[in-house]
Amino acid sequence: MSQTGGNNSVIRLEEVWKIYAMGHQEVHALAGVNMDFRKGDFWAIMGPSGSGKSTMLNILGCLDRVSKGKYFIEGKEISQFDDNDLSEIRLRHLGFIFQSFNLIPQLSVQRNIELPLYYLGWEPHQSAERAVELAQKVGLGERLDHKPTELSGGQMQRVAIARALANDPAILLADEPTGNLDTHTGDQILDLLCELNQAGKTIIMVTHEADIAKRAKKRLHMRDGRVESIEG
Amino acid sequence: MRRIQLFREIRQGVENLLLHKLRSMLTMLGVVFGVGSVVAMLSVGEGASKEALDQIRKVGMTNIIIRSMEPVEDATAARSHTHMTIYGLLYDDQQRIEETFKTVKQVVPVKLVRKDGRLGTRALELRVVGTTPDWFNLLSRDLVAGRVLMEDDAKDRAGVVVLTEFGARKLLATENTIGQKLRIGGKAYEIVGIVKSMGSSVGTIQMPDEEVDAYIPIEAAKERYGDVNVKMTGSNQMREMVELHEMIVEVDADVNVEATAAGIGSMLKQFHKKEDYKISVPLALLNQAKATKRTFNIVLGSIAAISLLVGGIGIMNIMLASVTERTREIGIRRAIGAKRLQIIRQFLIETVVLSTTGGLMGIGLGLFIPWMITLFAGMPTVVTMDSVILSVGISITVGIVFGLYPAARAAQVDPIIALRHE
Ligand SMILES: Nc1ncnc2c1ncn2[C@@H]1O[C@H](COP(=O)(O)OP(=O)(O)OP(=O)(O)O)[C@@H](O)[C@H]1O
Ligand SMILES: [Mg+2]
Repeated sequence: MSQTGGNNSVIRLEEVWKIYAMGHQEVHALAGVNMDFRKGDFWAIMGPSGSGKSTMLNILGCLDRVSKGKYFIEGKEISQFDDNDLSEIRLRHLGFIFQSFNLIPQLSVQRNIELPLYYLGWEPHQSAERAVELAQKVGLGERLDHKPTELSGGQMQRVAIARALANDPAILLADEPTGNLDTHTGDQILDLLCELNQAGKTIIMVTHEADIAKRAKKRLHMRDGRVESIEG
Repeated sequence: MRRIQLFREIRQGVENLLLHKLRSMLTMLGVVFGVGSVVAMLSVGEGASKEALDQIRKVGMTNIIIRSMEPVEDATAARSHTHMTIYGLLYDDQQRIEETFKTVKQVVPVKLVRKDGRLGTRALELRVVGTTPDWFNLLSRDLVAGRVLMEDDAKDRAGVVVLTEFGARKLLATENTIGQKLRIGGKAYEIVGIVKSMGSSVGTIQMPDEEVDAYIPIEAAKERYGDVNVKMTGSNQMREMVELHEMIVEVDADVNVEATAAGIGSMLKQFHKKEDYKISVPLALLNQAKATKRTFNIVLGSIAAISLLVGGIGIMNIMLASVTERTREIGIRRAIGAKRLQIIRQFLIETVVLSTTGGLMGIGLGLFIPWMITLFAGMPTVVTMDSVILSVGISITVGIVFGLYPAARAAQVDPIIALRHE
């Protein structure tokens, strides 16, 4: 276990490659990325389609493993972690927000929010309490017993954010969180994310839209699996 | 805390199955029939052996009953009125059996003769049973009043008789019968006791007692009625000579019963030219019951096995479909931090809930089928708690065995692909 990037580095990538073998051809989804995401940052990752944004987010989110290079989360190198350990990292340190919300349709709003706590082994009444608190925070205190299908897109994304916050993660990862929403609703979701960032959460968000990206503190432009430029 | 979690997982499993009620129902059918057959199978087997055991207990587990039988030729041949048929068990046979077989504890001799019993104006044809007090030890019959025969009765040459409850009712119709004088075939007896009779037969066993029995000491029977019995059929006078009509042989342990019966059989063969006796072994009924049980086990067991296999495959099939349908859900759970083992657990519990629900319905069916069997085929059936517990065990096992593969498939779902925006 090596300590890198100073004490306020949350995630650090060192010469990270993600290589897909397509027949006899290799696709370099990530081609030697070096990045340092610091505590309290709000990043927008941008770039043309196929530039490796989602791949990057999947690696950051411990959903995927690097082909080459090193990945540190809160100073701990986890490039060689197995599936079980990565699950544990996701469970304790990360929160996910997706373009298509990804709520479980047969579970109520409350149970969706409780899901991470369930896997953390919380007592039912404690997780219920936390779910109510979070639902209120995202403005859905009245919808706890609704099924996701009974909600609007913006509401669903709020539930997803509440769920992502349930385990009080250090880092929120969002892949095009406004991609399925109209501009107005998207703005509201961004308001919520900004608020969370101000409260101390590190946020890394992938987006296509320049308007949305502008609201992040920092922007990272990708091209062909490489970091093209950084602003902010 | 683990308990709470398991309870939640089970509830979640039930809820997921309720989302597709019809599909879940149809999927369960195989297990329903499989478990139903198991319970029915066991109940028939259990019923058969319980009935046999009940019957055997009434005759005595360790008893062998040997009866004199008129050989077939003799019965149809010489009908001349002077002819006398001589057949059956001999006083010597009793002694020989007692002396030859170490496994024989005692032999109780029985002489039978039909005579009219008279008490005042009432009359009833009785079957006079001349025997020893041990008869009542070998066949435990409830004593209604008074006492059974005693050793001293024989010594005193006393004319005492023990009646059955049935006979006592017919003849006296009062409670106060002990001490009354009864005339049987013209000889006087004092009624000393009344016992309950088992009736002439229970199931397939012929009982050694009848309802019209009158028990007297065998010495009195010999002395008063002799060995020759005269029967009047129309103008013909049939005379037959039989020393002992029955012998009840008590064996020391039930494991020795069949061997001893076989030994007695071959010994009697040596001394009797014709087969003028019949050996019946009540314990053999148990083997017969076991054979019945085996047949039922094979038939219903195959049905059960096939149903459970087909049912299990059906469950596996549906669960595989469910895993495919719920790839996204699995991906979400994995992304949130669920470990592979937890996904396996979730789907296994869901499968076990499905199979166990089917199993519980199967137990219902398994209570119904035996009820029908008893109603229409008249066969005794007993559903035991053991078979119910076994059924639940089978259902859970089917769920685990056939749920393992779908659950493993679920655990292999790659969250990245599952979550890809479409
Ligand atoms: N599982 C895979 N197998 C093979 N190639 C892959 C795989 N996943 C991604 N790629 C390739 O890696 C490259 C980067 O893909 P990625 O999904 O990260 O792009 P993106 O920037 O998210 O694009 P978009 O804006 O369209 O979402 C692409 O060329 C893609 O075809
Ligand atoms: Mg993408």
